[in-house]
Amino acid sequence: MKLHSTRDGAGLSRRTRRLTNAVLAIGAVSLLLGVTACSSSGSTGGGANASLWGLTGGDQDQVEAPSLKEWNAANPKLKIDSNYFANDAYKTKIRTAVGAGSSPTIIYSWAGGTLNSYVKAGKVVDLTAATNGIKSKFLPSVFGQGVVDGKTYAVPMNAVTPIMFYYNKKVLAKANIDAPKTWDDILADVPKLKAVGVAPFSLAGGSKWPELMWEEYLVDRVAGPDAFNAVMAGKAGSWSDPGIIQANTMIQQLVDAGGFVKGFSSVTADSNADVALLYTGKAAMMLQGAWVYGTFNTQAAAFVKSGLGYTTFPAVDGGKGDPNDIVGNPSGYFSVSSAATKAQQKAAIAYLTKGVFDKAYTDRMIKSSQVPPIQGIDSQISAGGDFGTSVYNLTKAAPNFQMSWDQALPPAQATALLTNLDQLFNKQITPQQFSDNMNKTIGQ
Amino acid sequence: MTTNREAGVTRKTRHAGPSGWMAAPALAFFIVFAILPLLVALYLSFTNWDAISDPVWVGFDNWPKVLGDPVTITALLLSLKIIVFSWVVQTPISLLLGVFTAGRQRYRAILAAIFFLPLILSSAAIAIAFKAILDPNFGLGASLGLPFLNQDWLGDQNLILYVVVFIIAWQFVPFHTLIYQGGVRQIPASLYEAAEIDGANRWQQFWSITLPQLRYTIVTSSTLMVVGSLTYFDVIFVLTAGVPGSGIRILPIDMYITGFSANQMGQASVIAIMLCVIGLVLALGLTKFSGFTKMTSQQEGL
Repeated sequence: MKLHSTRDGAGLSRRTRRLTNAVLAIGAVSLLLGVTACSSSGSTGGGANASLWGLTGGDQDQVEAPSLKEWNAANPKLKIDSNYFANDAYKTKIRTAVGAGSSPTIIYSWAGGTLNSYVKAGKVVDLTAATNGIKSKFLPSVFGQGVVDGKTYAVPMNAVTPIMFYYNKKVLAKANIDAPKTWDDILADVPKLKAVGVAPFSLAGGSKWPELMWEEYLVDRVAGPDAFNAVMAGKAGSWSDPGIIQANTMIQQLVDAGGFVKGFSSVTADSNADVALLYTGKAAMMLQGAWVYGTFNTQAAAFVKSGLGYTTFPAVDGGKGDPNDIVGNPSGYFSVSSAATKAQQKAAIAYLTKGVFDKAYTDRMIKSSQVPPIQGIDSQISAGGDFGTSVYNLTKAAPNFQMSWDQALPPAQATALLTNLDQLFNKQITPQQFSDNMNKTIGQ
Repeated sequence: MTTNREAGVTRKTRHAGPSGWMAAPALAFFIVFAILPLLVALYLSFTNWDAISDPVWVGFDNWPKVLGDPVTITALLLSLKIIVFSWVVQTPISLLLGVFTAGRQRYRAILAAIFFLPLILSSAAIAIAFKAILDPNFGLGASLGLPFLNQDWLGDQNLILYVVVFIIAWQFVPFHTLIYQGGVRQIPASLYEAAEIDGANRWQQFWSITLPQLRYTIVTSSTLMVVGSLTYFDVIFVLTAGVPGSGIRILPIDMYITGFSANQMGQASVIAIMLCVIGLVLALGLTKFSGFTKMTSQQEGL
């Protein structure tokens, strides 16, 4: 009996111990679940203030943050909280947040395919009525990108950045040539530049999207805007347009001629290695966005004063496209989340219509040598410098402003485009194969 | 009474050791962060989902689409290449370095400390450093004036796989060296003493004592290497500025591009499940065929 009772006692203590452990374990698990539950509901639910997610960098420091500070001080009832993220991190984060219904009140995007998918899923608010009063102050080609099926869902919020044709004046002078005005000039200049030991064109092929700039301009110059419009419309076989095949043949012709810097596929844009090639005189010319002007300014201010030239992309003889057409990023855009509360939406819409691109906003932008997509500010911009004037005039004069293809197309097609384009530049596929591969992606 | 006692004994033996509840937190963690996401991925693989709208059930549509896609097959082959090359490069180097650093001499301790340096660097830092070093215009070759170093290391799609294998080795050889060092130090000195008395030279000692004694260490290290190379992602991603080319689009990269660039979460989930199955098969296969699970002692009779 004694033995028995001891065993029973031991059993009991073991049972209680097991019970304590179980409680502990359950506690740990619920703690864990509690933590995840909190973090997922945090973004929209909590604060009564509207929220905004923007990108880190020059825009944040020089334009957005000061503008929001002023706004919050002047409108204590329409306050907006802001968070800033790095470009690539933002792209993934915002998609997840919008999909999960926990996005910030004000959603930053590049319009195009992303905005279309937000609209299709009913994630953003129709701003047509709210923006009727401010519509006319924007350049129409830029404002128009925020319109989907006749309704406005996004308003422009930062600079116009077309793709510019940059060159190093000293290097061109050394080879005794002027900036090329036609495609034939380019082909003629390549051997002359190589003879003086510089690469004709700098290209950040490792980042892939800079290669797209060549494609976009050449297709426009050869075939006009219609070729890509057919692709956007989802027309079957539209990538086989003879203009697109000719443009791709020309690209490979330039690759064969040694037009791009040796090892261009290893050069990346995020480290600004392509910009450095131009200002160090290792390359003569470069096709890049207007945004790299800021990089030139911070990394090689002396070169900007004396050696940096810029113009638009050369014409192609016999091509259908207008040489005044430009491609690039019309602007960044703000939309308002449909998941936000009425009060948050009210604050957000008030800021988008009254705060964004008020006088101070525009002035700050011009001061940091960016070009706002606003009408009738010629004199202010020319006071800001030649580069801004150039960009502003090019944008105003352009019969067609093509948004970068990778932003205009739905994400699946854009991803396939960059992959195939890279193979085209590396001569792993022919122009015909490029068109065949891309035709398969239509409708995805 | 007797039966009672017997029951008590069996219960006791079954519950010998710490209570099973102690595994509960780990198990809960594993279920919430590994099993549940896996089940979600399995569900998503039968849907079309762009991460914004609601998932649309499409049944088995995604599976033949992904498995029959030449891009996936190329990715699978590239993944296998990375696994094989990584193992072939890293194992001999780690093994020899492990044996070398297991020695107690001071200069070896100093060298060991230096060898382990890459281990404390983050993958992103390593990738950024190598990207700068390998830059064809501003990198090591250009600064040292050595033209043969000016290859298109990261752009040439036939070359980049080997560059990545090299960088992985640079990063992970120290780790595996550490494993081998520990393994070698556990081999009883008496074995070597006996061999020396029998007149075995160093080479014979290495072949007949060190290598066989390291059998399970080799299995552990190889499993980590194989499964690690299968899911290798970060260095490749940073090295290629987030847009890896066709020559290095291994399965995890393919999964990322399909899921997060092309926003085809359904098809990306198919690749994720594939990766999971391949990883499991490899890990189980390695441990089974090497007799690792039986864990018989290597030191019987000592």
